[in-house]
Amino acid sequence: MAVTESAPLAEMRHIKVAFGGVHAVDDVSLDLHAGEVIGLVGGNGAGKSTLMKALSGARPPDSGEIRIEGKRVTIANPRDAKLYNIECIYQTLALADNIDAPGNVFLGRELTTMWGSMDDGAMEDATRKVMGRLNPNFKRFAQAVKSLSGGQRQAVAIARAVHFNARILIMDEPTAALGPAETAQVRDLIRQLKTEGIGIFLISHDIHDVFDLSDRISVMYHGRIVDTIKKTDTTADDVLGMIILGKKPEQVTQKELAELQLPGQSPAPNLAS
Amino acid sequence: MANVTTTAPGQAPATPRFSIRGALTAAEIDFRLFGMLLALVAILIGFNVVNEGTFLRPTNMTTLAVQGAGVAVLATGMVLVIVARNIDLSVGSLVGFIAMSYALLMTDWLPNILGMGDDFPFRWLIALAIGVGLGAVFGAVQGFIIAYIGVPSFVVTLGGLLSIRGAVWVLSQGAAVSGLDPTFQLFGGSAQGSIGGTLTWAVAIVGSLAIIGLIVYNRRQRRRFGFPVRPMWAEVTIAAVGCLAVIGLAAFANGNYWPPGAATRYAQEHGITEPAGGLKIAVGLPWPVVILIGVTVVMTFLATRRRFGRYVYAYGGNPEAAELAGINTRWTVVKIYILMGILCAISAAIAAARLNGATLDVGQSYELYVIAAAVVGGTSFAGGIGTVPGAVLGAFVMQSLAYGLAYSGVNSSEQNIVAGIVLIVAVAFDAYNRRRGGGS
Repeated sequence: MAVTESAPLAEMRHIKVAFGGVHAVDDVSLDLHAGEVIGLVGGNGAGKSTLMKALSGARPPDSGEIRIEGKRVTIANPRDAKLYNIECIYQTLALADNIDAPGNVFLGRELTTMWGSMDDGAMEDATRKVMGRLNPNFKRFAQAVKSLSGGQRQAVAIARAVHFNARILIMDEPTAALGPAETAQVRDLIRQLKTEGIGIFLISHDIHDVFDLSDRISVMYHGRIVDTIKKTDTTADDVLGMIILGKKPEQVTQKELAELQLPGQSPAPNLAS
Repeated sequence: MANVTTTAPGQAPATPRFSIRGALTAAEIDFRLFGMLLALVAILIGFNVVNEGTFLRPTNMTTLAVQGAGVAVLATGMVLVIVARNIDLSVGSLVGFIAMSYALLMTDWLPNILGMGDDFPFRWLIALAIGVGLGAVFGAVQGFIIAYIGVPSFVVTLGGLLSIRGAVWVLSQGAAVSGLDPTFQLFGGSAQGSIGGTLTWAVAIVGSLAIIGLIVYNRRQRRRFGFPVRPMWAEVTIAAVGCLAVIGLAAFANGNYWPPGAATRYAQEHGITEPAGGLKIAVGLPWPVVILIGVTVVMTFLATRRRFGRYVYAYGGNPEAAELAGINTRWTVVKIYILMGILCAISAAIAAARLNGATLDVGQSYELYVIAAAVVGGTSFAGGIGTVPGAVLGAFVMQSLAYGLAYSGVNSSEQNIVAGIVLIVAVAFDAYNRRRGGGS
């Protein structure tokens, strides 16, 4: 783990986000260091994606503060987030299906010629380079991304983040739609980006992914963080218990544990959804 | 529509496995556009056959083009409106309003309020500038209500359709107004409102050079980055076909001569002795057609080469993704409506000039023809799909049908029956093709 003594890459302090009367994220504090992967886990509606949207500018927080490399910043929209090199790969991928891969990689940040027109050549060139790293067999640069496979679309979404030198990368379920080979590719990529000093928030349903890739694991439950814990200090069972019960292992009563075990088996890994 | 034909023009089967589709794919030619072009040609030839060869004459085609130009100009903007998942029903009323403004400006407001009499220089340009400004303001207001207040565009522009048409009446107090500036009348594309033989040739040469230049530039760009390029035969064929088409159209337009009366008057005024058989003055391209060509080029450039166009398509393809990419989607929508308003001003100039004034119903039902043109031209209401040249072709498909049927003696109510059916059939065919994976 490459945690340094300097200020964390990103700090979120007392973040609150409410939808109507519901506190989707309620007073959450979390920090991320360079070269670190934080696995963010929790049940559906626990507030993982909402917390990350507060950082990526998709849904600015109602209160709380965000610091990037120690400096307090305001992130009111996705454009602000990109200024601080925060890139987000959304679960939906957020691709414009009718536009080709270079167009999607550069969407909102098109390269232009000296006359202000789009420089398609330069954009395709850059896209070819970054896709060469992510998916060397990819050749369909002129087709609308609608016609690409799930893995190719995922690669395009990742290429967007990688090309713009993300310092903080948010990956929301990056492998959910992928086959085994493509999943392995994404895992390799995460490890590679980590060695480059990028800080990564990884939201995943797959507890194996989380344990395999993360340095620390944050468990969310009903909009709050139950605990943020080093991977080496915990076990998959403890994390699953936190996801389901919303309590740290030492707070769990025998009765709750018994209820958890009621079906007879130990909780299946993929309960962590 | 590409598979309707069995032979491609000028293409002998090069290999035993040659297919039109394969050749088009290799040449990176848009199927849909190519099919529509074939449909247009088929319609024109069909009417020519029915009318025993009298239909495909320069005079008829020039009239057809002038009549279609107003709707085609608007269709270039309606594509972007529909691509961005909106609609604009107010274009017809706005054309009427601006046309009436032009008429009143030149007959009343400029001379009587601003003191610019008949001999004031560039009155036509001042009127046009005011009209363009009006269009932009109306567009901006409607766009603002749609994008920032969140009222559906159907509702906003339906309101616009009603109230702006009402404003035309208020403006002229229910009267038709006539008597435009002579220079302004050239927008109407009569024999005098055309650019003449020499300039038509010049336009054709510039057009041909532009085609070649564009192809060379694109090839160089792709070479620069080492991307795969089109096969050379395809480049040469496209350049040759493009240049031939442009020059052929110019020759065709120049086959149209001034009416004998006007030519005789011109000869007398300029002291030319008329040769036997009358003086032949080539009409060339009418101004509305020249304007349409210019508008099409500019709008295609905006739609495909500028960030604005990219954002319009991105928003249409996935509004959420466009927002997350940091695009100011609301402002983009406002810009589309401003552009549509400016196009209304251009279309209104053509309409007013053709009438040498304005009546209360200029532009009536334009919105329907314009939407039909865009849709026949391959624009999808699902958003994100549609091209500017496609919409122009769509406008001419519809106009050719209307003109051809009228020429063949079909009355206007029966023309409408055909137009409506063609609209539905064209879109059904497109939907069928798309499901088979033929298009897009």
